[in-house]
Amino acid sequence: MGPRGFDAKAMAGKVPAPERRVDLLVVGAGPAGVAAAIEAASAGAEVLLVDENPVAAGLMGLDTPLYYGGRYSAAVQNKGRMLQQVIAANPRLEEAIEAGVEVELGVYVWGAFAPGDGLASLPEPLAGLADEERSWMVGFRRLILATGARDVAFAFPRWDQPGVVGARGFGALTGTYDAFTGRRLVILGSGALAMETARLAFAKGLEVAALIEARPDAQSDPAELRALGVPIITGHVPVSASSGLDGLSGITIRDVTSGDETTIACDTAVQAISLTPVIELLNVLGADLVMAPHLGGHAPKSADGIATSLSQVFLAGDVAGVPGGASRPLEAARLSGRMAARAALGLSGETGQSPIAGFDALAYQQDWMRALIAGADGAVIVCQCEGVSREALLDVRQPNYLGAPSAGMRRRDLSVLLRDGPANLDQIKRLTRACMGPCQARRCREQVALTIACASGVSARDIPLAGHRAPVRPLPLAVLAEMDEHRDMTRLWDVWFGIRGQWTPYDDIGTDREDLHADLLGGDMHA
Amino acid sequence: MSNLPAGADVVVVGAGVTGLSAAWRLAQSGLAVVVLDKGVVGWEASGRNGGGASHYHSPLFHEEQRAWPLLDEELGYATEYRRERVIFATTEHHLSHYRHMAEICRGLGYRVDDLDPAQVREFVPLAGDNVTGGIHLRFGGQANPQRTVQAYAWALMDLGGRCLQHTPATAIVTRGGRVTGVETPRGRIACDHLVVAAGPQAEALLAGVGVRLPLAAARAEMIVTEPAPPMPVGGADGNGLYGRQTLRGNLAYGGGPHEWMEVDERGPRARPSTPLLRNLAKRVAELLPKAAHLRVIRSWAGVVENTPDGRPVIDRLDNPGNLTIATMSGVGFGLSPASGRAIRDLVIDGRCGFADISKLSLGRFADLEDDWREGRGWVPTSHAQGLVGLSAHARPSLD
Repeated sequence: MGPRGFDAKAMAGKVPAPERRVDLLVVGAGPAGVAAAIEAASAGAEVLLVDENPVAAGLMGLDTPLYYGGRYSAAVQNKGRMLQQVIAANPRLEEAIEAGVEVELGVYVWGAFAPGDGLASLPEPLAGLADEERSWMVGFRRLILATGARDVAFAFPRWDQPGVVGARGFGALTGTYDAFTGRRLVILGSGALAMETARLAFAKGLEVAALIEARPDAQSDPAELRALGVPIITGHVPVSASSGLDGLSGITIRDVTSGDETTIACDTAVQAISLTPVIELLNVLGADLVMAPHLGGHAPKSADGIATSLSQVFLAGDVAGVPGGASRPLEAARLSGRMAARAALGLSGETGQSPIAGFDALAYQQDWMRALIAGADGAVIVCQCEGVSREALLDVRQPNYLGAPSAGMRRRDLSVLLRDGPANLDQIKRLTRACMGPCQARRCREQVALTIACASGVSARDIPLAGHRAPVRPLPLAVLAEMDEHRDMTRLWDVWFGIRGQWTPYDDIGTDREDLHADLLGGDMHA
Repeated sequence: MSNLPAGADVVVVGAGVTGLSAAWRLAQSGLAVVVLDKGVVGWEASGRNGGGASHYHSPLFHEEQRAWPLLDEELGYATEYRRERVIFATTEHHLSHYRHMAEICRGLGYRVDDLDPAQVREFVPLAGDNVTGGIHLRFGGQANPQRTVQAYAWALMDLGGRCLQHTPATAIVTRGGRVTGVETPRGRIACDHLVVAAGPQAEALLAGVGVRLPLAAARAEMIVTEPAPPMPVGGADGNGLYGRQTLRGNLAYGGGPHEWMEVDERGPRARPSTPLLRNLAKRVAELLPKAAHLRVIRSWAGVVENTPDGRPVIDRLDNPGNLTIATMSGVGFGLSPASGRAIRDLVIDGRCGFADISKLSLGRFADLEDDWREGRGWVPTSHAQGLVGLSAHARPSLD
């Protein structure tokens, strides 16, 4: 074998050392994340706990990271006030700081990367962090993801009005932010998540007009439901919403059997049908995922709800899966945090167990979607960012900016696509542009999959995940830009592979003009 | 999924732009064509690239320029093709490269205008005060890779061709010095002619019949922002980046270092994007300062194969004589209308009728050393190399 060459234009050696390194990085300061951080710090580890709250008002407008639905006061614009509120709402943060945990609030984790398949050039595991001003990298030996769960959203006519919110978004606005502006709620769903939402509303002194259930029967224990003292309207779906200057003013529901319609006055409709785990960073890391219908949908592959397929990465709390589509109880979340910390530090102790599975949250989501599709006309907008309607999705219709579709394009709908192979969400996204907007498909990822499943007559469990990509928060170019890059990154940057002679004009190949072109083009490819 | 056909006039391995364009041109000539792919149409580099179509260095350049403006009509589907391109610089160094590029294009008979900074900002309103100058290609352009690759597939199907997804070619079957068919996990398909346009996977597939196509695969990355107001010229790049503003308005740009990786016949094991997105974000913000506030909403990586000299191989072999191979060596998308036609000519006529492509023959690598990848450093980074620069105290003590 000849001497080993060196490709100066390749990635190796151009990744600078991170701004700092920590033993343990914990992402998410909810109950599980804080418990994990305290446990690890108490065991002597150096722990950095980051949480994105309070998030920028601009991101809240994109329902990122949670489905806030525009039902919040101007207080969210005041970062200082919000920061105080986030701390006040989470007394355990102080306990964490006392235990020696370093806490950073208002910091996004937009990516996480570990050496692995196709990424051997990365010298060490790195997380990408950012605030409103800049981004930086943090090296970690162990990473605990306590990123929680988020709402599965469902489109119905006029669901884009301020006041249509998700259960988790509602929880954040009433709790973490104390900025919720609604008074009278209708709750969609009647399972565990809806019950939790109703109890939270009562605790906050809000009025709950009704729980609406698409299935023929309520999905919770009848005695518990009776104890709520709220009407449960089963076999109905929302088909329209009225609104005024302040957003939602009422919601019209339809009996899925008789077609009779009823209007209920409310300023907020909380979608409390199902949560789904926030697996974005795991997907970016390349960790193994599984379809777990009882845990809310796509979830981390984990034998015990703590370990992942990556040796450096652990799970705490709802990110591991939401049993039945609802949050686990507070104490269970904290326990999983403590177990994650001990597993990450290699300490013996209690072992985790996969969350007990019972209620099929995914089948429940799909029943809701089926009923909504039956109840509404296809013009309902599914993807708010890109303005893609349900019928456009099912027709695999090209976006309006391309003008009128060709005759061939008009013939290509989902049923034709399905003849060529199983439904592929990424392919449908690219053609219709559904899920391709700035909210990064937080509002429509799951419901597009559910819609495609309903239309193709399969279970949503057979629809592959539409992948998450870094940055998992939509952050400005100027914030993400690496301003202090490795000098070899700057010096040796090339537009393409830097193969000398690749851009030599064809006629000059094999002539003495090859070197001239290589020098004068400097590797530049703008082809 | 549809049934496996018993045979076809031509089987094409690889439903990327090159294979599909060839299949479509062959079907236009009346042949029964079946395309096989291990996954989904355009899933690899064909659907993940910058979308540019102005490859002045290629023997297929003139045909590329002829074909694109007519392509939507001919295919019957939208490719989002937009004409022209502005390449502009923020340093004198880059500008000198672009001016040389302009000279080459003018020499080929195409109009290129030199632009001063004010003219650049007129065509590219998101550009800033840092512009040193640019060139305006009055030809070329860019299209949407994902839409285009799907359009080829559908145009093929409209002519009666078949495109079998999730059907990898696992072996080439020969008898008496000729290809007789292709093995797949679903059975064998017989063919009179075989076209291999299987990207990085082509090397392993061809090795099975004693044909050595030297390839090395690497990852390249791009980022995309939320939409900006449409600029007069969408194909605006420079500053070490390739890319464009899409018709929707998003800014999609790539460039920078790659990473070599092992790819076997099953394809890439992973296509991770990396912290390189920060270096790309920096350069997009420098290129288009008035877009610096735009949010980055995605990044992605594609795996690209390269030949030892970075130039394509488009060749009909002598043995087996009914086997045509094509790799575009990382520059395949824009040239696809032309490469497809060249492959069609090789299959049907035995020679390319519209351009001399003799320098793209496989024979040029006949004397290539066995360890050509190692000699160039075109090999995956070892973990030991990756750890260089990581100070001792930082080595994970928890491992």
